[in-house]
Amino acid sequence: MKRVSFFAAIFMAVAMLCAPAFGADTIKVGAILAVTGPASFLGAPEAKTLEMMTEEINNKGGIMGKKIDLIIKDSGASPEKALSFAKQLIEEDKVLAIIGPSTSGETMKIKNVAEEGKTILLSCAAAEVIVNPVAKYVFKTPQKDSYAVVKIFQQMKKMNLSKVGVLSSNTGFGKAGKEQIEKLAPEYGIQIVANEVYDKAATDLTAEVTKVKASGAQAILNWSIEPAQAIVIKNARQIGFKGPIFQSHGFGNIKYVEAAGPAANGVIFPAGRLLVANSLPKSNPQRAVLLKYKKDYESRYKDEVSTFGGHAYDAMLVLTKAIEKAHSTNEEAVRNAIEDLKGVVGTGGIFNFSPEDHNGLSIDAFDMLTVKNGKFAILHK
Amino acid sequence: MNFDLFFQYIVAGITYGTIYAVVAIGFNIIYNATGIINFAQGEFVMLGGMTAVTLHRYLPLPSAILAAVIITMLVGALIEIFFIRWLRNPSVLRMIIITIGLSILIRETALHIWGEGVKALPYFTGTSVTSIKLGGVYVSPQVLWAVGISAIMVALLSAFFSYTMTGKQMRACSANREAARLCGINAKNMVTFSFMLSAAIGAIGGCIVCPITYVQYDSGTPLAIKGFTVAILGGLGNSMAAVAAGLVLGILESFSIWFMPAAYKDVISISILLIILFVRPSGLFGSSEAARLKEY
Repeated sequence: MKRVSFFAAIFMAVAMLCAPAFGADTIKVGAILAVTGPASFLGAPEAKTLEMMTEEINNKGGIMGKKIDLIIKDSGASPEKALSFAKQLIEEDKVLAIIGPSTSGETMKIKNVAEEGKTILLSCAAAEVIVNPVAKYVFKTPQKDSYAVVKIFQQMKKMNLSKVGVLSSNTGFGKAGKEQIEKLAPEYGIQIVANEVYDKAATDLTAEVTKVKASGAQAILNWSIEPAQAIVIKNARQIGFKGPIFQSHGFGNIKYVEAAGPAANGVIFPAGRLLVANSLPKSNPQRAVLLKYKKDYESRYKDEVSTFGGHAYDAMLVLTKAIEKAHSTNEEAVRNAIEDLKGVVGTGGIFNFSPEDHNGLSIDAFDMLTVKNGKFAILHK
Repeated sequence: MNFDLFFQYIVAGITYGTIYAVVAIGFNIIYNATGIINFAQGEFVMLGGMTAVTLHRYLPLPSAILAAVIITMLVGALIEIFFIRWLRNPSVLRMIIITIGLSILIRETALHIWGEGVKALPYFTGTSVTSIKLGGVYVSPQVLWAVGISAIMVALLSAFFSYTMTGKQMRACSANREAARLCGINAKNMVTFSFMLSAAIGAIGGCIVCPITYVQYDSGTPLAIKGFTVAILGGLGNSMAAVAAGLVLGILESFSIWFMPAAYKDVISISILLIILFVRPSGLFGSSEAARLKEY
């Protein structure tokens, strides 16, 4: 027994020596991200991006001389885990702000906790309900899903498509997108001829696309963020569906294009400009930011960037800009500073926050992209 | 519903059913040899697919698949030797908990090795958009590969269990391990062998379905649940029945989309599992008498 406590004492001493010196000279930032689990393709690049940025900021001497102490929690895309991590970060770690969660379902679950704990929440999830109605402490960096739907419908009108078969997954993202599609379709004269919801873990969707094809749809619009979005296009082409296939802005990950193979060619989807950074004109104000992020991320992780990591980049960017602007690490002051930020050039677009708009992006943040020979390209039509 | 549509649903159902049946056969082999349900069976499928994808960067497709199957077999053997073999008279509950723990262990290891990304093997013939048109019905060539290879696998397995000495010894161990040991059969080696065999079948399954369904570090678990349902539905331990039960469940699921929202597809399989467990625990094709005679 004595021996055990002796070792325990040594262990404690070593642990205390190894622990970084916490104190007033660090800024604690929490992050709740789906690093593993079904939404890991969102959370993993987000976590990598935050680690990379924190290191860069700290190497430059931090913000106002204070280093960032980043605490990443892996929620595995489970809203329940996200909730308990949020409470832990707010009550025990007393963080200045929380970046994330990665998914809309998790964000909605912890929205109230952040609001009651008066902690800034910078969500990396897409659903519009996160910032509409506006909650005082809740912000988000990805473009709104209603803008994505509008962009798609405008494109469909250009292509004279009116009968659309809608597929969506049973996640927060899928549900929110489906609601927006149903709400906005009549405005653009789009008729929804089939409307199917599938499970997020679906491995084959032949039966679903067969039903959509039988409904006489001219185009398929799929709304999901899981591997299923690559399966949909593959199965649709296999059963001989010839019409155009539209995807949500959740398609912005080259891995899905690789997984779907030739079936991915011709898919049309709205996305931020990160994926086509190299082909942007020199005059584009986002070009420099995008190319730097792309180069830093890809050389460090030997992996291609996705728009999702970009959302975390933007969240950290907004937070650091706000701290500099407020010249304080007081929660209230930083929160007010975010609402005053204008013209912040991020990966998702140019952010202009206001007390009424906690997203700060306009519809111009989206471009319509397509896939050509297994690569993302700007859609010229 | 017109004629073409009806058959298109049948084809979709056969695709699902084959995938489920392959997993269920893996469950059955270990069940036959040891009386336990190996809940890490889905992970064998994932391991096979993942290893094949990685090896395919260096090797042509057939040799990559062969190597992946051998590697997964070795993993199966190591698992049995390290975690199962030295247990003396373990209770069924304990074994189940061990296999669940193993499945988590394999999953997390896979996450560290391969990361969280989705991976896929290329289609064996053609590409992801190729399909063969039979009348008004479109069939992906990969579905034909999956059905064909599964059929060959089932035929070889039943020949193995009926005609080879090792197969007979395994069956003897399953019927009565004590008596088998008295006849000079090394029961422990038979258990190791059953893990290798079911790991190999899982890995082959993983390789043939991976172009269709993709593979990710956690794609084993949902497959294991469906495979387990099918194994129960057919009657535990009966591989032929598992194929039939797999096709029944696959076709039911595929037609359910016609009259129910697609998100309820899984409700069907879980409801069937519950009904079977309540009403006919020996499975659709199993005899309740035989089930009672087996003692575990």
